[in-house]
Amino acid sequence: MSKPKVAFYWCASCGGCEEAVVDLAEDILKVVEAVDIVFWPVALDFKKKDVEAMADGSIAVSFINGSVRLSEQEEMVRLLRRKSQLVVAFGSCSHLGGIPGLANFWNRETIFRRAYFTTPSTVNPDGVVPQEKVIVEGKELTLPEFFDTVRALDQVIDVDYYLPGCAPPRQLILNAVGAILEGKLPPKGAVLSPNKSLCDDCDRNKTKPEKLTIKEFKRPWEIFLDPEKCFLAQGVICMGPATRTGCEERCIEANMPCRGCFGPTDQVYDQGAKFLSALASLIDSKDEKEIEKIVQTIADPAGTFYRFSLPKSILGRRKMEAIK
Amino acid sequence: MSQRITIDPITRLEGHGKIEIFLNDAGDVERAFLQVPELRGFEQFAVGRPVEEMPRITPRICGVCPTAHHMASTKCVDAVFHVEPTPTARKIRELIYNTFMMEDHTLHFFFLGGPDFVVGPQAPAAERNILGVLGKVGLEIGGQVIRVRRECREIINYFGGKVIHPVCGLPGGVSKGLDEEHRVKFLETARYAVEFARFALKIFDDVVLKNKQYVDLVVGDAYKLTTYYMGLVDEKNKVNFYDGLIRVVDPEGKEFAKFKPADYLEHVAEHVEPWSYIKFPYLKKIGWKGFIEGKETSIYRVAPLARLNASDGMATPLAQQEYERMYQVLGGKPAHNTLAFHWARLIEALQAAEAMVTLLEDKEITSPDIRRIPTETPTEGVGVVEAPRGTLFHHYKTDERGLVTEANLIVATVNNSAAITMSIEKAAKAFIKGGKVSEGLLNLAEMAFRPYDPCHACGTHALPGDMPLVINIYNSRRELVEQLRRE
Repeated sequence: MSKPKVAFYWCASCGGCEEAVVDLAEDILKVVEAVDIVFWPVALDFKKKDVEAMADGSIAVSFINGSVRLSEQEEMVRLLRRKSQLVVAFGSCSHLGGIPGLANFWNRETIFRRAYFTTPSTVNPDGVVPQEKVIVEGKELTLPEFFDTVRALDQVIDVDYYLPGCAPPRQLILNAVGAILEGKLPPKGAVLSPNKSLCDDCDRNKTKPEKLTIKEFKRPWEIFLDPEKCFLAQGVICMGPATRTGCEERCIEANMPCRGCFGPTDQVYDQGAKFLSALASLIDSKDEKEIEKIVQTIADPAGTFYRFSLPKSILGRRKMEAIK
Repeated sequence: MSQRITIDPITRLEGHGKIEIFLNDAGDVERAFLQVPELRGFEQFAVGRPVEEMPRITPRICGVCPTAHHMASTKCVDAVFHVEPTPTARKIRELIYNTFMMEDHTLHFFFLGGPDFVVGPQAPAAERNILGVLGKVGLEIGGQVIRVRRECREIINYFGGKVIHPVCGLPGGVSKGLDEEHRVKFLETARYAVEFARFALKIFDDVVLKNKQYVDLVVGDAYKLTTYYMGLVDEKNKVNFYDGLIRVVDPEGKEFAKFKPADYLEHVAEHVEPWSYIKFPYLKKIGWKGFIEGKETSIYRVAPLARLNASDGMATPLAQQEYERMYQVLGGKPAHNTLAFHWARLIEALQAAEAMVTLLEDKEITSPDIRRIPTETPTEGVGVVEAPRGTLFHHYKTDERGLVTEANLIVATVNNSAAITMSIEKAAKAFIKGGKVSEGLLNLAEMAFRPYDPCHACGTHALPGDMPLVINIYNSRRELVEQLRRE
């Protein structure tokens, strides 16, 4: 029997997911032996045309990381979907939109204005902006279209499984690859990490008081962070209650609070809304004015509660008319 | 018939990249363009974020060198809050940073830059990868490469939580200290790293320097580019990766400028072209002169050889010996030989490893005094480090609550964007004549951009297989005439 064909592709991403694959070190060689990698832009020779020439459904699984920011990425993931039996959204960007998804607080126009005009090091007296098609000395050069809005992978194509994390931890990657190779897959649509909250696995949970109450929120720079104590019990925003576990609490191990890169559990669609409701129960006041004052001590709620999940939230993006 | 050659995609240059080469009617190279079809808008979506979160947001610019962004960002946040890290916190940051430089640099040599030399520029493509290197230098070395990478990455993991996107930097310090047990353990890794870096230099010696053909290639004209050079230096003008003043030397090696990171806007500017999403930095006081080299240029280069050119030497003794030897072979300073970036990279790895040992021998690094809480109102700041791929600038302004109102980033590889384009054009002009495009061109073009260590270095040669290089040749009607690829 021939080996299953596997493809890797990156959209708007940082390369950290690819690095996570390289970090499998000795183990990656075992994976490479078991499969036939037919497409991996960073590591192997490829051409879009080669993928186009494959029979539909002939790739066993495509691992796609990054959010969808450019037309070229949309074309590529549509093509891979057609050619693949399974598509796995690999990492936070692909799963939820990720950090690049914070761009949905803005749009193409404001991003271009910043990058090519208002950044203080930019000198652009002729008002040049990168063009999708431009003739330079009689030579035509093209660039892909930059979309207004960043999308998670399943907002563009049908996705079978999600491998969460920024970047996904080693053990989850190995588990996922193992499950695919052995055909022991959970139902379609599953997030390949345990379905419980980070707090359930966190060592600091035992330091959380039975009734946790907060009078004032603290930012991580404002206090000496206790390395043993629950962050919320210290008044520091930690996304643990609204975030899925499986990350091995790596940030908390470094004495920094969770920012939610694993997204919510199965029961929750909107991670930010879930956190907000968890938070509401912690605020130690019945007085509306005082509640408002306490809430004011949270810096950047939208950018914190939706740090990794803005495109996949019920918000999706900011309405730009509202800014003007 | 005029022709167009597309190399798409090439390996990462802080994102995706493609090369377009245009031939004239005679089939000689007229122009070459490195296009970066990628933009994500970090400078815009930073607006509104709490500034202390920037060290957790900006590493997502690049998952290959997240530690560089994390550190530049953390230093920038120090500056915004007008706070200095405690002595122990500074040592921990320097330890993390030197460890990162060490592992990133040596890995580049074995996985990416090395194969061209160790296996040979003319070797079959299928052998020009890490496996070919191991075939030549022995399998047990493969185990050592994996070991040094794993142990160094464990150090970064210990402090940063995650080596891909560390989280430990806070204004005035770090979130996690070092205990004695780990200090002893990490010191062992550091000593091993010094041995490993020396050993890598010995391989470079045996394989490259003892081979006249390779030395000729290194010092030859096709891979020479005459530019300015930039790098951080300490108070003695020695190479420093974490902190210092930014020094620029001219194409003859004379000091052209030396300035505080906070003054970068007086010295550096970015030019916009309509054909790429990436910008092209240049020396502001000279002004944009276009894609030219030589005395008239305003283009500067960054990264290993540039740092060595811009300094008066290395900060550690073993690395200093290697520095002197390199310039002896290259015929003095500054060296414009692009392929010598590989050599300089190994010398820097040795300095980083020696620095790891010094930092870990100092017991003050285990002091619990790792944070200084800011007391001043946040305003504006600049943070600069030397990333493996060059000088990295982060610049934030905030409101009085410390929410970002403006951000500007000049990312390491971006500094080299004009130089990479020019290096590719120069190599293409040297090797493509009369419309003859051969398989050899593929590797020669590749060798012109590889010294700059375009970002996804490691993945490229990590697996059996080839660089993702396809060259398409179109006629003037844009019909595909020929396709060359590496099988």
